[in-house]
Amino acid sequence: MPPPDVPVPPALEVRGLWKKFGDKIAVAGIDLVVPVGSFYGLVGPNGAGKTTTLSMATGLLRPDYGQVMVRGRDLWADPVGVKALLGVLPDGVKLFDRLTGAQLITYAGLLRGMDRETVAARTSDLLVTLDLAADADTLVVDYSAGMSKKIALACALVHAPRLLVLDEPFEAVDPISAANIRDILTAYARSGGTVIVSSHVMDLVQRVCDHVAVIAAGHVLVAGPVDEVRAGETLEDRFVELVGGRSNGEGLAWLRTSSDSS
Amino acid sequence: MVAHLVRLKLRLLANGLRRSAWQVVGLVVAALYGFGAVTGALTGLVVLSTQDAEFIRTVLVLAGGLLVLGWWVLPVLAFGVDETLDPARFATFSIRRRPLLTGLALAGVVGVPGVTTALVALTTTVTWRQHPVAVPFALVGAVLALATCVVGARATTTLLAPLVTRRRFREVVAAVVILPLFLLGPIFSVLAHGIASAQDMWPQIARAAGWTPFGAPWALAADAADGQWVAAGLKVVISLATLAALVAAWSWGLDATLVRGSGRGRTRTRTRGLGFFGRVPATPTGAVAARCLTYWTRDSRYAIGVAIVPLVPVMLWFGFHGGAAMLAAGPLVAYMMGWTISADIAYDGTSFWMHVAAPIRGRVDRAGRVAAAGLVGLPVVTVMTLLSVAVAGRWDAAAPILGLSLGLLTSALGVASVVSARVVYQVPHVGESPFSSKQGGSTASLVSQTLGGLVLVALVLPEVALGIAAVVTGSALLGVLALVVGVGLGTTLLVVGVRLGGDLYDRRAPQLLATLVSFT
Repeated sequence: MPPPDVPVPPALEVRGLWKKFGDKIAVAGIDLVVPVGSFYGLVGPNGAGKTTTLSMATGLLRPDYGQVMVRGRDLWADPVGVKALLGVLPDGVKLFDRLTGAQLITYAGLLRGMDRETVAARTSDLLVTLDLAADADTLVVDYSAGMSKKIALACALVHAPRLLVLDEPFEAVDPISAANIRDILTAYARSGGTVIVSSHVMDLVQRVCDHVAVIAAGHVLVAGPVDEVRAGETLEDRFVELVGGRSNGEGLAWLRTSSDSS
Repeated sequence: MVAHLVRLKLRLLANGLRRSAWQVVGLVVAALYGFGAVTGALTGLVVLSTQDAEFIRTVLVLAGGLLVLGWWVLPVLAFGVDETLDPARFATFSIRRRPLLTGLALAGVVGVPGVTTALVALTTTVTWRQHPVAVPFALVGAVLALATCVVGARATTTLLAPLVTRRRFREVVAAVVILPLFLLGPIFSVLAHGIASAQDMWPQIARAAGWTPFGAPWALAADAADGQWVAAGLKVVISLATLAALVAAWSWGLDATLVRGSGRGRTRTRTRGLGFFGRVPATPTGAVAARCLTYWTRDSRYAIGVAIVPLVPVMLWFGFHGGAAMLAAGPLVAYMMGWTISADIAYDGTSFWMHVAAPIRGRVDRAGRVAAAGLVGLPVVTVMTLLSVAVAGRWDAAAPILGLSLGLLTSALGVASVVSARVVYQVPHVGESPFSSKQGGSTASLVSQTLGGLVLVALVLPEVALGIAAVVTGSALLGVLALVVGVGLGTTLLVVGVRLGGDLYDRRAPQLLATLVSFT
């Protein structure tokens, strides 16, 4: 434990982040503080700016305004130095899918300057843990959506980063693999690593995350420890309350009378 | 339902145009091109009407037969299946078979190729104006021909869809189709020779072709003009039978599609071990090089760059009948192989994020890509240069030509390293046909390729001039000088290009990735 008078810089601190695509403002002044060792959930409706925020926080997209600090170091001032601390799983992008699964993890490891023996050992560990060992020599283009997610996660983990930023890591992943991934990430956060995940699944965020931020229309609506944010309700109810837009369930009356006429 | 499907096609066309201005430009260009082709064809058809019946028959049956063949084959080979109205998308709707087929067939006429073909087919009635009795038959033939074209295209694409959607098939076709394209020159010179000597044969060939499914609808009017009523009747039967067979085949294929859904054919490729990743130095640069080398062997867009290398001397041989022109083979191949990486980041597509997310400097990325291209290019260029020198019997020119080749290879790699860090544009995705062009990508690619090419030409001018002077004069001193200058200047340009390109990459990599993401 560091002495209390020396403040530990947060794993990730985002200040006043803005991004505009053409006329559309995707992110409108987002501030986030992610403490070291936390398992941080980012939730929000479709198009809220989650992916844009995470891209800017990991050096994949240059913000129009704002600052990204990783453990007190400015990402956009020293991209090469700070990116070494990050493990990234972006959403909606492709992989180098003409490589086999084993080659892709090796590539990620070597790109980050690791030596060959370490990369080889961790590659086989990751393949076994993520249940991909049987497909290690299959081209990634022939993987299913869930397998592609898992191999991308392996690429984000191979260099043992200090901060993991995962965009929709559980999407399309089968329940058993999802449980395994959850265990890995929880253990990682407990040992001092920091995880940020974005997700649509409130239930999952409520169960695995200790902190959460609700984002809508490019703004942070509320952020903090999960129990504070949900204030006694379930996270899902609280989310609906914050974001709004729930229809009252009275519509589509005709759907309830099943008609046999056609 | 039929009207629905035709309206849907029109709506899709209109919505596509609303998405971007470039789509409008694309349609206008396609329409102008189609309009030009139509004007030419229509004029030809009207002029043709002044000729005698035998000549009209020969031209119409052969050209028309090729048109039908094109409709049947080209969508499968070159353009891929028209997916705007992919039958698999109607799998969840309960649409009866007959209206679905009629609607899809009529929708197939909507669009530049369909309208063009319809206009051309209908104008054949004008061609027969000297033979009034043939005109109604020409009209019937035109409708039959158009139906054969459209339904035939639907039938072949639907039947072959399970095969075409298979990755391996598309890659093989992509690689195979280019070879005849590059040999067009030689093929034409042989063909022209053959046409000249076999001129008397064409009418017989046309008569025979008139009995095939491709020629029958076009030969109908000609038989009527000759008063061969039985032959004309038989050709109507042939056309209708063809059409019936096509509809049956299409319907059967559609059944299979609707039941199977769009589940893509899966072929699994396995390779043991790490391949190039086990052999390169375990550094970030080595890793980039290994990844690029793997793509040179597994990605048809790169593989084509290597596949056309043997064709260069063949084209020179046919174009200039051998001799000293063969000496250009080495430098030409060097330029082509070096320039291959000028769109490297565009070829990566959104997978490029792995490089952006990694803590690497631009020079690492640039150097890795250059190393891969160099490892492929260096032996190829050296062998090609020495072979061409041997074939031309000019061993005295070996030194300057080798200098020129190596200089061009390294210079092109250097300039390409800067260009590919500056612009990305839409290219065919990995696994797509390398010929499928992307809407809106052509202008950016044209500008960057032209500018980059001009810069490259200006930079290599000294070594080219020196090399040519050495070959022409045969001076040994100039030859050695050309070798030294070529290698020296090329290496310098390569180093400078990697550095400049690397600095550019450091500033622009996130923007490049954002642009690539916006393409998807």
